[in-house]
Amino acid sequence: MMLNAENRKTALLLIPIILVLAGYVLYPSIETTIESFQRDGTATLKNYGDFFGSKASSNLEALWNSVYISILSVLFSALIGVPLAFIFNRYDFPGRKFFSGAAIMPIVLPSLVGVMSFMFLYGEAGLVPNAFKDLFNLSKVPFSIGGVPGILLVHAYTMYPYFYMTCSSAINNIDPSLEDAAYNLGSNRWTVFWKVTFPLLTPALVAASLLVFMVSMASFSAPFLLAGGFRVLSLQIYFSKINGNLEMAATQSVILSVVSISFLLFMRWFQNRRDYRMASKGIGAHRSEVSNPFLKWTMVCLGIVAMIILLLPHATLLILSLVPEGTWTWQIYPTTFNLENYILLFKDTSIWDPVRNSLFMAFVASLGCFAFGIITSYALVKRKFIGKNLLDILVMIPWALPATVVGMNLILAFNKPTPFSFGQTLVGTFWILPLAYFVRFIPLVVRSTSAVLEQLDDSIEEAAQNLGAKWFYTFRKIVLPIIMPGVLSGTLLAFVQAVGEFPTSVLLYTLSNRPISIEIMNQLRMFNLGQAAAYGMIQVGLIAVVLFISYKFLGVKSEKTM
Amino acid sequence: MSAVNLSNITKKFGNVTAVKELDLKIEEGEFFTFLGPSGCGKTTTLRMIAGFYYPTAGKVKFNDRDMTTVPPEKRNTGMVFQNYALFPHMTVAENVAFGLKVRKLERSKVKEKVKEVLGKVRLEKFIDRQVSQLSGGQQQRVALARALAIEPDILLLDEPLSNLDARLRDEMRTEILRLQRDYGITTIYVTHDQVEALSMSDRIAVFNEGRCQQIGTPTEIYNDPVNDFVAEFIGETNLYNVAYENNRLHCADLGMDIQVEEPLDERLRNQELKISIRPEAVKVSDEEITGLNVLRGKVKIVQFTGAAVHTLIELSKGVQLKVTTLNEGPFTYLQEGVEVVLQLPPEKIRVVPSIRERA
Ligand SMILES: Nc1ncnc2c1ncn2[C@@H]1O[C@H](COP(=O)(O)OP(=O)(O)OP(=O)(O)O)[C@@H](O)[C@H]1O
Ligand SMILES: [Mg+2]
Repeated sequence: MMLNAENRKTALLLIPIILVLAGYVLYPSIETTIESFQRDGTATLKNYGDFFGSKASSNLEALWNSVYISILSVLFSALIGVPLAFIFNRYDFPGRKFFSGAAIMPIVLPSLVGVMSFMFLYGEAGLVPNAFKDLFNLSKVPFSIGGVPGILLVHAYTMYPYFYMTCSSAINNIDPSLEDAAYNLGSNRWTVFWKVTFPLLTPALVAASLLVFMVSMASFSAPFLLAGGFRVLSLQIYFSKINGNLEMAATQSVILSVVSISFLLFMRWFQNRRDYRMASKGIGAHRSEVSNPFLKWTMVCLGIVAMIILLLPHATLLILSLVPEGTWTWQIYPTTFNLENYILLFKDTSIWDPVRNSLFMAFVASLGCFAFGIITSYALVKRKFIGKNLLDILVMIPWALPATVVGMNLILAFNKPTPFSFGQTLVGTFWILPLAYFVRFIPLVVRSTSAVLEQLDDSIEEAAQNLGAKWFYTFRKIVLPIIMPGVLSGTLLAFVQAVGEFPTSVLLYTLSNRPISIEIMNQLRMFNLGQAAAYGMIQVGLIAVVLFISYKFLGVKSEKTM
Repeated sequence: MSAVNLSNITKKFGNVTAVKELDLKIEEGEFFTFLGPSGCGKTTTLRMIAGFYYPTAGKVKFNDRDMTTVPPEKRNTGMVFQNYALFPHMTVAENVAFGLKVRKLERSKVKEKVKEVLGKVRLEKFIDRQVSQLSGGQQQRVALARALAIEPDILLLDEPLSNLDARLRDEMRTEILRLQRDYGITTIYVTHDQVEALSMSDRIAVFNEGRCQQIGTPTEIYNDPVNDFVAEFIGETNLYNVAYENNRLHCADLGMDIQVEEPLDERLRNQELKISIRPEAVKVSDEEITGLNVLRGKVKIVQFTGAAVHTLIELSKGVQLKVTTLNEGPFTYLQEGVEVVLQLPPEKIRVVPSIRERA
């Protein structure tokens, strides 16, 4: 029967997908799980005993810290993001468009670079506290960030865009006539908000909360730079690994994975549940013009102040990147500015090497994501087969797993020769990092590709087939060109994120493939803030260019880029 | 050009039977229409001919070649999709050329052919347009041109006009017929619009719930429906239950025996029966009529539609009769409320088996 030919095609597509997922996602996770049940070569539950037992209370403490920091991060991000979304989408006042564009600026800062700029600004030696000290002639800095408040501040700053963007699009999807109907039935503003608007926003709020919770459970850079003696789980994994206690690192990874994957499953369930999202189309948000002049200008002023605070990290990064090495030692403010840090990139190979490494490895990884993403999305969206749901979950797992865990998994899987590494030991070689980046960013490309593929009507492919085109010809000439914008925007995003990736890099780098983020840490350690900032600027510049291209040429909205 | 032969086709999706035991032969060059209500299996049948579905049982043949499991790209059918399915990233010319390039035609030949076909559908001017910049009717023509360009053995059209407004639909109907005659191509047309089916087709197959009810020319289908479903689905009709007893057809609703021209077919005698008479076949008058099947009633509603006048007549409590007369001037219209005499001419009455449950 011909049906078998269709099935054969599907099977042919699925074989590479399953091999890759099994080899680089499933197998490493399994190795980690096995390792977590071992102590000195024998199977045991001891590691878990140590984790939960009284002996190592530090682990439980770290788990608890991770959880409560994540909950507080959700709360603070929501407190900033949701009101901003309301103000910018419901009220019209001078500069609204500009402010709403600037409100998503935190997303161009890779996490390590973001934390670094916060340290430059508000840390012990930061510009702002020292400016206060200078202005008021104090004997020591009046405040500085660090520890839990520092982590929370950075989290709120980097994660509120999740709330801002999901809420903005939800608000714009609410049919204004619903609220009008409620007013018409005699409700006041308060009732309308709580009884109509808020329930309609609930799905978006829940989705954003889950997302922020997962991201902050996985957060590595902020605790790494700011925690001091404070323990969180993602950091504990790193310390266990550094101390050579791989079994404990594995145990901690398993526990963090369990939390993250349950969240992934919960999120899937939540999004697939029928919700009361609106079907009515083509309704723009109706914005009320703020007419009271006092209120209007207060809003504008508040907007300006908020923008300054939001963009201060970017500005600081730019300014510090112009400060040459050795010119800012005891002074409160830097005094010399020039382009030396950038010029050195081209002159000094030891400074250029990390950039080249990062670019090359990110390129290789995103090329892999590109090819793998296209095949996988196509199979998931357009083909029928048993176990599709399972494959879908498997593909999304690298997204749910914290980067530290992905790193640990790869270490435990490839610190010995395996068939998946063609009989090589990958750990300690150049190729382990591109592999890590590839695994990390598969879901990004799959998601952006699936989104466009779902838009592609099945009859388009059928029409080509009907005109005599074979499957592969149709795929090349019809499907690929149509979905290319979505694939490219996902791939570009994967590329820039790989360039900025810190947690897996710090676990897996070697001398030969030292990427930018590692070099930033080195420069910070040597107090060469200028060079570190210059590296940061390269990443920010790349991200900005990619977002611009996606927006301008690929027609991708900023909220899709999360 | 090919004849299409479907023998004993069944198609199941899980436990839904979309098409049941379908036997059908479509002649070379014929304009053949699948007509039926929504969900009756028309698209499914068409897609089995195009090769997008394979039948659960039965055979699909083009001429004498068994095509049952031949993949769609090897069938040389030209399909026009309901949503056109134009390739959005190509121009009009590229869309039309697609099938020709697949067939590895020379570049100059492709160009020539594209020009010719676009000329046929009167779109030469738009040859380099992006398809997204065309109106609905123009997109429809591109879809047609694209299907015709490959000189298909069979042209398949799945409700090609349902996305167009009424005027454009009329225009495209003529256009499609003209092209079909020009190319002399075997054409299968899917619609649930009976006017479209009656006015365009050489023959029609009427579907209901996965079964083909009747195959015939438009006049056969209209004048000699095989059952009450077909009678009611195609055009307007008056249906009444009748009982066959002692060589007579008794109609309880009308309260009389009905006389028909021909004696009842042996095979029908044990079935539930109905009589069907078209509204335009009923004779109506405000004077006495003599002859068979004469009834009395009272005019309830008169509806003027231009060329014709529809009159609803109440015969007795709850029993009504629709009558259509040609508009022959204001004096001929009946007044609401007046008593009239009616006749159901025996030669116009059809006795059909009932396949629908009694209301
Ligand atoms: N791919 C499918 N999977 C499952 N059921 C299907 C599928 N395609 C069609 N069906 C079912 O088969 C039956 C016939 O569908 P089909 O599309 O052939 O109807 P149709 O006559 O074309 O109706 P319409 O006029 O609405 O287009 C329907 O009950 C439909 O739900
Ligand atoms: Mg259909």
